[in-house]
Amino acid sequence: MFYQQLANALALGAVYSLFAIGFTLIFGVMEIITLAHGAVFMVGAFAGYTAATKFGLGIIPCLIISMAASGFIGFVLDLVAIRPLRKKKFHHLAPMIATIGCATIITSIYQGIFGAEAYRFPFDFVPNENYEFRGIQLTQLQLTIIFTSFILMIMMIFFLNKTKWGKAVRAVAENSRTGALLGIPVERVYQFTMIISSSFGGAAGVLTGLNFNTIHTFMGGPILHRGIAVIILGGMGDIRGAMAGGLILGFAEVLSVAYISSDFRDAVSFGLLFLILLIRPSGIFGKKIERKG
Amino acid sequence: MLRVENITRDFGGLRVLDDVIFEIEEGTIYGIIGPNGAGKTTLFNIISGLLKPTGGRIIFNTIDITGLKPHAITAAGISRTFQNIRIFKEMTLLENVLVGMHRLFSYSAVSMLFELKKKRREEKELREKAYDILSIVRLSEKAGLKAESLSYGEQRKLELARALATEPKLILVDEPAAGMNPAETEELMGEIVRINSRKYTICLIEHDMKVVMGICRRIGVLNFGKFIAQGSPDEIKNNPLVIEAYLGRDETGA
Amino acid sequence: MSDFLISFWQTYNTLFYTIFIHGMLGLSIYLTLACGLLSLGNAAFMGIGAYTSALLTMKAGFPFGISLIAGGILPSMVALAIGIPTLRLSGVYLAMATLGFGEVVRVVLLNMEITGGSMGINGIPQKTELWHLVLIMGIIIFFFIRLRDSKYGRAMEAINEDEVASSVMGIRTTYFKVWTFTAGAFIAGVAGGLNAHFTYFISPREYGFEPAVDILTFAILGGTKTFWGPIAGSAILTVLPEMMRFMGPYRLAVNGIILLLVVLYLPNGIVSRGTFISLKKLFSERKSNA
Repeated sequence: MFYQQLANALALGAVYSLFAIGFTLIFGVMEIITLAHGAVFMVGAFAGYTAATKFGLGIIPCLIISMAASGFIGFVLDLVAIRPLRKKKFHHLAPMIATIGCATIITSIYQGIFGAEAYRFPFDFVPNENYEFRGIQLTQLQLTIIFTSFILMIMMIFFLNKTKWGKAVRAVAENSRTGALLGIPVERVYQFTMIISSSFGGAAGVLTGLNFNTIHTFMGGPILHRGIAVIILGGMGDIRGAMAGGLILGFAEVLSVAYISSDFRDAVSFGLLFLILLIRPSGIFGKKIERKG
Repeated sequence: MLRVENITRDFGGLRVLDDVIFEIEEGTIYGIIGPNGAGKTTLFNIISGLLKPTGGRIIFNTIDITGLKPHAITAAGISRTFQNIRIFKEMTLLENVLVGMHRLFSYSAVSMLFELKKKRREEKELREKAYDILSIVRLSEKAGLKAESLSYGEQRKLELARALATEPKLILVDEPAAGMNPAETEELMGEIVRINSRKYTICLIEHDMKVVMGICRRIGVLNFGKFIAQGSPDEIKNNPLVIEAYLGRDETGA
Repeated sequence: MSDFLISFWQTYNTLFYTIFIHGMLGLSIYLTLACGLLSLGNAAFMGIGAYTSALLTMKAGFPFGISLIAGGILPSMVALAIGIPTLRLSGVYLAMATLGFGEVVRVVLLNMEITGGSMGINGIPQKTELWHLVLIMGIIIFFFIRLRDSKYGRAMEAINEDEVASSVMGIRTTYFKVWTFTAGAFIAGVAGGLNAHFTYFISPREYGFEPAVDILTFAILGGTKTFWGPIAGSAILTVLPEMMRFMGPYRLAVNGIILLLVVLYLPNGIVSRGTFISLKKLFSERKSNA
């Protein structure tokens, strides 16, 4: 029973990690919290859903379409709300508030189109088969979710560490001014970060839709809350921290539902967040922040 | 007046200040010089309570002020300015000085809510005093302007005025010449000497040795977190350790 | 004419009540913003106040005035308790911590028996009258006016601009931060109590993430240079969705667009010199075209 819960937790946590990895990358590179990341997630889920039901595509093309759609939304967000604020010197909260505005716009347009009801992916979208490993039942769906999430995350880490563009992204995250002096096109790096982070959010949307077998227009809110908890847990801007934080949250939620009460599931993430901020604001893996005089 | 006893400070394994000892006599201008990164500002941050020392004590007029909160140290009579000028840019000059006088106001919240006589009287009296302080640094005509409209040199002066407003006995001045041209620097040094002649003790940080030589009675030299020499300007000028660690490097850099 | 006024009032009186309540909420977050703190906990404080005062009038039979004050005191006690540890966090971290606190409050309200779980509390006696709102709003505005030219107001402004410099000026920064956080919670709690005794019905969903963000939006849209900003912002964001009813589900998009435009083009909010200058420019351009 316990190991079964661990398998469920892994599927849940992997998606949280996938969502948070882009969220934290945006913070690390651009030093903003985009509160539209939940809306991007929802857009991704609906794009995947539309591809699956209207065009009858399989899971991989659906994921690609979803990532393209949410990446495009990320591009537009940067163009409309974030880039103009970068140009001028504004209050550090301005981009966050601008993304709240964008999230409201996107969500209400989707609510206009799709209404408030729940949608489901086609019945046989992922074959309903079970696998057994040493007494632990894993559905093909769970395996798909875990596998896809980790492949994407490994790709991201590989990209950041091994490719020229990835190194540019990391250099800008370290210090945008030095990056610019080294001849890195900082603006392009920002755009690119928004696109790739948003596309990861979109993929997380499709996988969440599959995991719970339901998508709806207000699914962005809860995941955004969890994303915030995860990136603070892992240390803001820390990619590996976000992965670990997502898994920790997944386990904490599943175990608290299994062994305490399902009523408090939504409070687990924020309980954790609240605690970590009191004890160690820089996150579990973050370096201790020194107060500067 | 101020005795710094064996102050040590570590930043994550790195020793930024190592067993710093010195004493400032009342009524003097004491200069601390040293190359950039020697730990000068860290020392000021520790004296003014923004950082806690890893070890050692700071005694101010026989009271141990080590580890007190910044506002308590200000109340004890130590005030400071910042290397990168931290005036309140969106407030007027007068308001900047009034913020410095914060603890001199004694009226209560009730007095504020009902505009009692005490509040009106204090606000009026201290406003007049704030003008006087601004006139010490010759900025009283601009009292109603926003601080951001001032030139760089004037902002430095305003910061000095704001430090005076807390009624300190000792003022810590952090690299006043940073970012200023020679003429502005000279004017500001004159300002500091005049403030000193009003019975304020001053401790000055500077990395440009020439600036402090003329006005300080005693100078301490900080290098890599250690006090390597102390004495009168002439003694410092001729100290081989100082020449090697500091002047030599400065000349090759120039 | 008077017939028109009467029917107008009958149609729109709830809107007036809501403007006042939203205005108080906007001011409650303004108080902390004026100290440079971004707290997203005010919806939760509002919720604590709403439940406290509703339960006191319904279950304990307390007079409205007393339960309203209790509805302000309890959230401010909670604010005091969580403020002392959390207020050393700055910027985004404080925002996230208070958001986390808000979510914990929502889930607790959702799971307690006395609060009626997800069904909330129904049938709260309607005791809030317009004059209550006008009076309380008047008191709050009076307080802000008196604060403005006092040592307390100056200290808050100084902390907002530069906390480190303020502490070196002898200001007890932590004391001020905790105090404004607590007072903001009091205002939010009273607003919650007033709202509960006017809408008959309260439930946990009214105090979650979206309302927290809405309250912030009131203040940012209106501007935080003076306390008139949040009041104007609240009024605009309360009336606007009503005017946009014909747009059906898309009307919230208008809110979003306006928020975005204000952040981009009027970074100090609607009540600011920026607006004045833009209006003047617009006006002089019109004149020169004519």
